[in-house]
Amino acid sequence: MRMITLYLIGLVFGIGISISGMANPAKVLNFFDFAGTWDPSLAFVMGGAVVVAFIGYRFVLKRPAPIMSERFMLPTRSDLDGKLIGGSALFGVGWGIAGFCPGGALPAIGTGNINVLIFMAALVAGIFAAKALQSMNTTKQAA
Amino acid sequence: MIETAFTPFQSLGGGVLIGLASVLLMATVGRIMGATGILAGFMQPSSMSDWSWRAALLAGMVSGPLVVMLVTGSMPAVQVPVSTLMLVVGGFLVGIGVTFGAGCTSGHGVCGMARLSPRSIAATITFMITTAITVYVIRHVLGA
Repeated sequence: MRMITLYLIGLVFGIGISISGMANPAKVLNFFDFAGTWDPSLAFVMGGAVVVAFIGYRFVLKRPAPIMSERFMLPTRSDLDGKLIGGSALFGVGWGIAGFCPGGALPAIGTGNINVLIFMAALVAGIFAAKALQSMNTTKQAA
Repeated sequence: MIETAFTPFQSLGGGVLIGLASVLLMATVGRIMGATGILAGFMQPSSMSDWSWRAALLAGMVSGPLVVMLVTGSMPAVQVPVSTLMLVVGGFLVGIGVTFGAGCTSGHGVCGMARLSPRSIAATITFMITTAITVYVIRHVLGA
C-alpha cells in the first residue's frame, strides 16, 4: 500500500513536470533569456506549484503526524550561510549551462532521451564529488 | 537557440500537479519533495525502508512521461539546445551546487518557498539570478 501510494505521488510529480515544460531544456533556458527568445511559461509552473503547496501545507502541517510516518521531517535551520548561497549560485550556473535541473531531469529519464542520461551521470558525479569534499572538510575540522 | 511556444495553461496545470505531489508527500511520509534530497538519499540510504519509499517515488516520476504519451499520443518534448560538453559541465556543477546549497528548484523553489523558509527564499533568489546571468553570458556575450 505504502509503495503504491508513493509510486502514485511520484507519478503525479512526473506528469506535472512533463506537461509543465520543466523537462525541456529549450523551454527552461528560454525562460531565462529575457534578451532573446523569452518564454515566460515557467513562471506559471512555479506560481502554480508554490500556491498549491502553500495552501496544502497549511492543512497537512496542522496534523500531529504524517499518515505513514512518525513525524514530519522539516528543515529547521533559518540562518543564511556561505555554503547555502555559494552552492545555490553554483547550481544556477550549472542550470544555465545545461538547461536541466534535478527535478526536471528525473522524470525526463522516462522519455529515454540520451541527453537526459548524460546530464544525470554528470549530476550524480557532482553530488558524489561534493559529498567527498564535505567529508574531507569535516575530517580536517575534527583533526 | 530554439524558439518555444508560450504555454501558460499547460505550465500552470503542470505546476499545480507538482504542488499537489509535494503536499501528498508531506501528508504521507512527512518529507519535502526535493529532487536533490530524494536522489541523494536513494543513492546513500540510511536503511532499507528509507530506500524503498524513495525508489517507489522515483519509479513514479520516471513513469510520468510514459503516461503522458499514453494519454496524448506523444512523448513530452525534450529539446536540448546545448552541446554534450555543456550537459556534462552543467550537470557536474548542478550536482556540486545542490549538495552544498542543500536543495534545488523543487526543494527550495517550491517546497521551501511554500513554507516561507528564509534559507529557501535566499537560495531561490540566488540561483534564479545566477541562472539568468549564465544564460545571458552564454547566448549574448559569448554568442554560443
